[in-house]
Amino acid sequence: MASLGDLERSVMDLLWDSAEPLTANDLRDDLAALGTDAKELAVTTVLTVLARLEKKGLVIRERTTRPHRYTASSTREDHTVGLLNDALGTAQDREAVLARFIGGISADEAASLRAILDTVKSA
Amino acid sequence: MIGSMLVWGLAPLGNDLISALIAGWGLITGEPGVAYPGVVHLFALSTALLFGFHLVLTLARAAWRTTRQRAKHRQLLRLLSNPSETRPNTLVLDHDMPVAYCVPGIAQSVTVLSRGLLTKLSPEEQAAVIAHESSHLDQRHDLLILAFTAWNEALPWLPTSRLSLDAVRQLIEMLADDKALEQVRRQTLLKAIVTVAAAAAPEAPGSAAAGSSNAQQVGMPGGEVSSRRLQRLLTPEEPLAKPQRGLVLACTVLLMVCPTVLLIAPRLLAW
Repeated sequence: MASLGDLERSVMDLLWDSAEPLTANDLRDDLAALGTDAKELAVTTVLTVLARLEKKGLVIRERTTRPHRYTASSTREDHTVGLLNDALGTAQDREAVLARFIGGISADEAASLRAILDTVKSA
Repeated sequence: MIGSMLVWGLAPLGNDLISALIAGWGLITGEPGVAYPGVVHLFALSTALLFGFHLVLTLARAAWRTTRQRAKHRQLLRLLSNPSETRPNTLVLDHDMPVAYCVPGIAQSVTVLSRGLLTKLSPEEQAAVIAHESSHLDQRHDLLILAFTAWNEALPWLPTSRLSLDAVRQLIEMLADDKALEQVRRQTLLKAIVTVAAAAAPEAPGSAAAGSSNAQQVGMPGGEVSSRRLQRLLTPEEPLAKPQRGLVLACTVLLMVCPTVLLIAPRLLAW
């Protein structure tokens, strides 16, 4: 039996790759099709995972239909860009959160450094 | 600053720091026989205490906020990244822009590399980046930054708090560079820096078109890396001779120890 964390990831992957909103039943069937260990997966488990993801703001629930249908709140790419913004942003409260390899570098600095390296290489 | 206010406020209460502190405690608990130090000194004492609490509280708040943001970041990472096939504790994020950073944690710290970094850098350059990152993690530079950021936040009007944050920020980069240089060649580290930096600075002439569009998307701020760091890598200076280093170290220690000793010395001599 996969852990809740792994299930969250699988569910998100399915929602991200799906063009239209999915119900918990759809998701359960897709999960069962994906892996052998997900065969005995109960719909309630999928609903639990979806509730957790909704609480985290990753999933939006359509309450107008029955059964409820779920979509990802934003695309995988947007989330990735968000993560990178966390890593690169200079907002003061982000400063201590992550340590990055290189902060920014001014255009001039990059150009001059590149030029210096080029001369060293050709010499 | 806090210390000087504290000491000055306590001055009328005793001839040295220890007896003054004891008398100060007596003053708070209402013990008879303690001389009233006067409004001005009391004001200085209160201010010192207030600033002390302010600093500690800001630090605690910053630590809490940082932990929460890291947890959130890790959560998203778990959904979006894949573990590296070759390196332990390393995640790969699917994005073209070459980026490397680490998420420090008490239980486990992870290094995050973007796919762009893996494709744009040679294996040696990747090793340089990873050596740099892991020395940030090993030496817990995040704690230093946390403390100095918090103090800068607590006292934003104090120039020294901003200057010390900038200095610490530059010094930890240099430290991590030095550590990386133990494993890779100077040239390799510099090339890694310039490749990562060029993709992040879209207006740099000669930077790849793909890199620039990504950089704009991610909103990369420019002009942050200290030129000192780069200059230091380009023209390495001889490290200070042993006696000189000893002298600097001794001065640093004396600077911290001397005032404290002088403040408690009368008491120590009396014993």
